[in-house]
Amino acid sequence: MNLLEVKHLKKYYATHKAVDDISFDIRQGSIFGLLGPNGAGKTTLLRMITGIFYPDEGSIRLNGHPFDPQRDTPLIGYMPEERGLYKKMKVGEQTLYLARLKGLSEKEATAKIKKWFDKFDINSWWNKRVDELSKGMQQKVQFISTIMHDPKLLILDEPFSGLDPINSNLIKQEIFNLARQGTTIIFSTHRMEQVEEICDHIMLVNKGHKILDGSVKQIKQDFKQGLFRIGLGVTPNAAQMATYHFTIVSMHENTVTVKMNEDSTTNDILLHFIHQRIPVTYFEEILPSINEVFITQVQQTEQAPVATAAQQPA
Amino acid sequence: MNKIWLIIKREFLTRVRKRSFLVVTLLVPIAFAAMIIIPILMAVSGNESKRIAVIDKSGIFNNNLPDKKGVYFKYLPDANLDSLKRHYEAADYSGILYIPDIDINRPAGLEYYSKGQAGISLESAINNDINNVIEKKRMEQEGIDKSRLDALRSNITVEFKSGDDEKKGNSWVAYGVGYASGFTIYIVLLLFGTSVMRGVMEEKVNRIAEVMISSVKPFQLMMGKIVGIAAVGLLQFLIWGVLISVIYTVIPLFLSPESIQAASQSNMMAQNNNAEAAEAFRRVSDVVGSINWSLLLSCFVFYFLGGYLFYSSLFAAIGSLANEDATDVQQLTFPITVPIIIGIMIMMKAVHDPGSPLAVWGSIIPFTSPMVMMARLPYGVPGTVPYWQLGLSFTLLIGGFIVTTWAAGKIYRTGILLYGKKVTLKEALKWVVKKG
Repeated sequence: MNLLEVKHLKKYYATHKAVDDISFDIRQGSIFGLLGPNGAGKTTLLRMITGIFYPDEGSIRLNGHPFDPQRDTPLIGYMPEERGLYKKMKVGEQTLYLARLKGLSEKEATAKIKKWFDKFDINSWWNKRVDELSKGMQQKVQFISTIMHDPKLLILDEPFSGLDPINSNLIKQEIFNLARQGTTIIFSTHRMEQVEEICDHIMLVNKGHKILDGSVKQIKQDFKQGLFRIGLGVTPNAAQMATYHFTIVSMHENTVTVKMNEDSTTNDILLHFIHQRIPVTYFEEILPSINEVFITQVQQTEQAPVATAAQQPA
Repeated sequence: MNKIWLIIKREFLTRVRKRSFLVVTLLVPIAFAAMIIIPILMAVSGNESKRIAVIDKSGIFNNNLPDKKGVYFKYLPDANLDSLKRHYEAADYSGILYIPDIDINRPAGLEYYSKGQAGISLESAINNDINNVIEKKRMEQEGIDKSRLDALRSNITVEFKSGDDEKKGNSWVAYGVGYASGFTIYIVLLLFGTSVMRGVMEEKVNRIAEVMISSVKPFQLMMGKIVGIAAVGLLQFLIWGVLISVIYTVIPLFLSPESIQAASQSNMMAQNNNAEAAEAFRRVSDVVGSINWSLLLSCFVFYFLGGYLFYSSLFAAIGSLANEDATDVQQLTFPITVPIIIGIMIMMKAVHDPGSPLAVWGSIIPFTSPMVMMARLPYGVPGTVPYWQLGLSFTLLIGGFIVTTWAAGKIYRTGILLYGKKVTLKEALKWVVKKG
């Protein structure tokens, strides 16, 4: 079942088209990566999904209903890229306040916050003022205040920026936990290594347009270039490597990277080495990283002429 | 509605719990109390009695200087000045007044000796007394009858009455009340306006704005802050009102009745004429009674809230344009502070001349009306301020704050989410007219 269905969403500013006809669906319980360079329209898109902006055109369906920002606020947890807390407020009061604005009663909110503070082992912070905490600690509080009302849709814009590796990992584990329990997560970033690690599904946007979307596995398959890395038992000479089935991309001692001919198969390559009596120690397909896909795709769209420079903040 | 209530509560509580709130709230009435107590204490302490030795070589002044409360003259015509100078303190004199053998037409060489400074009041009292005696002597010399001259002197005051019921008015009381309330509104607008602006800037600079706006509408966030701070202001005024009236009733209990009587007597003595003072007092209390306090107070609350709502949303809009650099904001506040300052300037004119066209229009146009109208109102409704002017001023101020709040709301909701970009006022004004 799709938790979120976005159809033909448009948001134009005076100077440029921030979001220009974007459609996509997100399955419940999946982790959806929203990728794009700075100024691609990610934040504008997220702000429409969270009800901060009204779209100029298009429709959003959340949880099977047309999206209504007023009614659906409790269903959404949003951690924007530009985030922060009231510095002079106490941690406990602060989280309680934010939870109550999400529609929780004081009693419910207190219980939920206690649960999460226990889980993150930060109960002793309750009466500390936010500006007494380190940046990493503040991020933890920020994360808790985003998820404490059990949102169905959790939107995280660059959630790991400013976090040390330990806290990063803690939050990452929590993201996996929440997804397993059925929370749908939109994860917006331009850091690709995190995307491969965390997301099931990604969408790439640039200049307000959707460039591609699909599962991480499928996209890697779609953009593979028939490259293989082969470990050899001996260092072959040039004559031993001459074949119709592949061309050599690079060779380094006993490791060779080859590009397979379009009408050949992997078995043709293996047979070639067997016939040449060269022992193969390993054989692996090289799939493009999402980073590579991202860069080539963004560059392709950059080359297409676009009228005005993006002015909206990312 | 529930959300805006939560926001109001937070804005209110975080401010009221601050130490600075407590300090300011308590200090103002204490300063006010000091303003009442200190003059009384001064008047009372000034009453320690002084004995002054008078060495009169001329013989003109002997027994002619009037004793008054606290100052007694002791005549020692035969004493030697030099020896008295040495032991006058031991003889319990505060000082020595030395008068050589003078010619009353060309008096010179009168001296007063004391260990410390004599003090302004004693100096002027002695000079006064000496001059009175000399004047009297000169008149006798010229054959002028002093009592006849006194009878000829004129000292009348024209009674200014206003309105159909011929209320006795006193421009000075109206002036004082008008000035004070106009000035209070001015302070309120600037102080609470900047407070709203700082609050908005804090939310933007701390990056909490977008977190908040994913839960509440920008307009709710803005209005919550404005109403919360207004509540803080009203609470503060309420506490001040209560404390000041408590101080007024409590002070007399702490000060003994004699000291109060002494204080009021010495005040009257300063006027040199009890009857005249009583008359002045009667007229002042007449005028105080003639002012319609309930109308004035309700108008004050109206203009306090109306002016605050009119300006605070504009301050909020400016705050939403802030970036890390606080100096940008200083420039942007300029267009808002200018009309407030023009308002206080018109107000200062209006208390002198409440009927002038500048004062009338200043009290109708909502940019300045909260200050200027408060300056005119004590001069009387409907005498000085006709009902139509008051009504028009009310309507325009209500309409004015609806318009400013609406326009500010549009600037605010775009500005609060805009980071890393310097916004000019021109761009911000475009947001007001653009669609959506």
